[in-house]
Amino acid sequence: MTINFESKKKYNVIGTNPIRHDGYDKVTGRAIYGADVKLPGLIWGEVLRSPYAHARIKSIDTSKAEKMDGVFAVITSKDIPINKNRSGIDVNLKRDVDNILAYEKVLYKGHPVAAVSAADRNTAKEACKLIEVKYEILEPVKNVDEAIAKNAPILLEDIEADHLGKTVNNTNIAKHFRHELGDANNEFKNSDYILEKEFNLQMVHQGYIEPHNATAHWDENDHLSLWSSTQGMFAVRDLTAGFLDLPISKVTSNYVEIGGGFGGKTKVYLPPVAAILSKKSGHKPVKIIMDRISVFQGSGPAPGGKIIVKIGVTNEGKINSGAVDIKLEAGAYPGSAIPAAAVCCLACYNIPNIRVDAYDVLVNKPKSAAYRAPGSPQVSFAVESVIDEICEKMTWDKIDFRIANASKEGTRKPDGVLYHKIGFIETLEAAKNSDHWNSKIDKKDKNKIYGRGIACGYWHNGGNRSTVDLILQDDGNIALNEGSADIGGTRTSISMQVAETLGMPVESIHPSIPDTDKIGFTATTGGSRTTYATGYAGWEAANKLIEEMKKRVSILWEEPEEEIDFADGNFYSKKSDLKMNIEELATKINPTGGPVTSTASVNLSAAGNGFGIGICDLEIDPHTGKTDVIRYTAVQDVGKAIYPQYAEGQIRGGAVQGIGWALNEEYYIEKDGTMANTSFLDYRMPTALDMPNIDVIMVEVANPLHPFGVRGVGEVPIVPPLAAVGNAIKDATGSRIYSTPMKPRKILEVIDNG
Amino acid sequence: MATDKIHVKTTINGRPEEFLTDPYVSLLDALREIVGLTGSKEGCLDGNCGACTVNVNGRIVDSCLVLAAEVDGQKVETVEGMASADGLHPLQQAFLEEAALQCGICTPGFLVASKGLLDNEPNPSEGRIRHWLAGNLCRCTGYENIIKAVKKAAENS
Ligand code: FES
Ligand code: FES
Repeated sequence: MTINFESKKKYNVIGTNPIRHDGYDKVTGRAIYGADVKLPGLIWGEVLRSPYAHARIKSIDTSKAEKMDGVFAVITSKDIPINKNRSGIDVNLKRDVDNILAYEKVLYKGHPVAAVSAADRNTAKEACKLIEVKYEILEPVKNVDEAIAKNAPILLEDIEADHLGKTVNNTNIAKHFRHELGDANNEFKNSDYILEKEFNLQMVHQGYIEPHNATAHWDENDHLSLWSSTQGMFAVRDLTAGFLDLPISKVTSNYVEIGGGFGGKTKVYLPPVAAILSKKSGHKPVKIIMDRISVFQGSGPAPGGKIIVKIGVTNEGKINSGAVDIKLEAGAYPGSAIPAAAVCCLACYNIPNIRVDAYDVLVNKPKSAAYRAPGSPQVSFAVESVIDEICEKMTWDKIDFRIANASKEGTRKPDGVLYHKIGFIETLEAAKNSDHWNSKIDKKDKNKIYGRGIACGYWHNGGNRSTVDLILQDDGNIALNEGSADIGGTRTSISMQVAETLGMPVESIHPSIPDTDKIGFTATTGGSRTTYATGYAGWEAANKLIEEMKKRVSILWEEPEEEIDFADGNFYSKKSDLKMNIEELATKINPTGGPVTSTASVNLSAAGNGFGIGICDLEIDPHTGKTDVIRYTAVQDVGKAIYPQYAEGQIRGGAVQGIGWALNEEYYIEKDGTMANTSFLDYRMPTALDMPNIDVIMVEVANPLHPFGVRGVGEVPIVPPLAAVGNAIKDATGSRIYSTPMKPRKILEVIDNG
Repeated sequence: MATDKIHVKTTINGRPEEFLTDPYVSLLDALREIVGLTGSKEGCLDGNCGACTVNVNGRIVDSCLVLAAEVDGQKVETVEGMASADGLHPLQQAFLEEAALQCGICTPGFLVASKGLLDNEPNPSEGRIRHWLAGNLCRCTGYENIIKAVKKAAENS
């Protein structure tokens, strides 16, 4: 169901910047993150991981480890309950369970093969070294070219892949699908100019500062309690229950604070392992913290891959055809961000003829996970670079060309879905009018070279299920329970929408995130869905609370409910001059039928499509290739910024991640298929010294599907930087780099080779 | 692998503390697991993220790279020692007001590191702040609001 909302202009709470509710705990060190959980009798777990990128497990001998002093239990994949009946497991669940503890084969360096519980962390680590694993080493598949080569080693020998509807065995292409609109192949004939280019990208990591962790307690009554750093406590509950063959009602997933996720904490790695260890260690609670090397080697990178873009334009400055071939690295198991990539690639433009061929490709690297607008940065790097090159070739203004071809209400995305009201043109206009676009590059140093780039990006944003419960307390404050992991201010952005609806200050709303037994199902925080969907549930719960309060007022005033109005936190009688605010009502409410509560659950199908633009100025040292972003402006349609400081913060953080991806970050893969740079020293993320201040321009074209116009903010900003940086390098050096990262060596190459 | 434990007598956030530790245990682990102060965070355990930053005798250090036994007789300050009975430290207040945290996992390290700067240099330039904080990684904020907060705290204290 879709309700359309009119956007209101004036708000009291929305658009302000209160201190976030969880802020005090987080600046004093009191906040409890996953690693901080303490339970009576807690012991530690550790995971033994594969040293090889591709190998068959011949045998695992755990006997020495088991005998070590202080060790409680040693487990392998044979100890996972659903593996007792392998033939009965759904294929997707089988891939997931094999990723948490390898069965017969290891598919990447860092793939878990066994786990230990012991009295302390150090003993658990030492015990891992005593586990003897015999491997038959296999040739690794390191990239999409090797994966699709003739006679390539096959990662999953039981694969039944869908290639355009045909079932194919013995392949590393886990899926091939196609989107077609109009007639792309023939329409290129009507293009006056066609440009086709190939782009190659390396895997990157989300780089959350908090490593994965899990604490599990499997009690004697077969009830399992979990604490883990996750974007979705319900997903942890459901997947863990699935692996362990437990009903979900036997699993409680507790909320703990999460130290960053960016999509990478939507996967489940440690909780089931800690759970089995707990059961096998005399039901003691077990904690596991993944070390940083394992975070890189064994958890969620974003796919690299190969993208070929062909775009045809007419002399009148219209894109008439687009064709994109996308091969993304899924990692060891199927399921890269390819479905989103196949839509995002051409989503910015109104193109009558489109063909997208999309391939999900298996390689011997960790199973890829979502990373902020998953799939969109990669394809947008390719498409926005080609658009830039076309504009230069045809001497078209880079913003005017985009405005002339921009998607708008009624445009079809590559998958055929129609846009409702979107704000891309408004966003382009804002970029065009920005101070940055209208001022010259600050060329401070005559020994350096300078360039400016611009690029666009798209993310569809998510809807899905959310629940909010409200309780009117006797002092007139509101207790709010919600089920969304709060990675950066969403307790407050949800509370603000409730406060606005109730006409109360946000300080009167007290949000909590209870465990999975105490709140209705709420989908994972991701897809920029939380302020949108959980906020929507909050708005609905607040309206229900108002209806219930009206009933109570009607009892107190002895007037019919229909005669009672509510506005700005006050109840009014339509026929008398009676008036009462919520606080006053709260003190009188008990005789009218006890406490007032409400609950609202939503399942939103569509969200607000989000568009952003990055304008980037670079300074390059032509002798070393060192490249600095000296100015960056992010322009984005946010629909409505509920909590502007934090909406802006999302945009800045996303832009900086995108800049890191563009310039430095990569999985540097050795000949044997293993990652060479598994520390923050060598996997070089931006530091405070590397970044300029990022100017943020928020455009508000209200999303008609949300009561306050929210579109979702967090993901779009990582999309434009890759091509914005690449286009700026082209501007500075006269040459383009067709791969990421655009590191100093490559920059020197293009400077030297002209 | 039984080893003799080491007796450590130290001062943590102005209070005397004594504990026994294995010789290989880091200051970070001792703080978190023995003393029970979990405000200092583990991000990498190899000195590259700064989430574990604490102050020892007036110098900021990555506590994952310091052995617990080394702080015998020293003064250790952690994020838990920043607020007083009068309220938050100006840096903590400024971090809240400037939205200098999103997930907050890096925040204790940034606060302790920033305090280490302001204790000695009450009015640092933006460049100086960025340089000083380059050993602390934040993946969420893009740093800008952290820098603003440190400047604001410098002005307010
Ligand atoms: S945990 Fe000490 S520097 Fe990262
Ligand atoms: S706020 Fe998340 S790492 Fe800094």
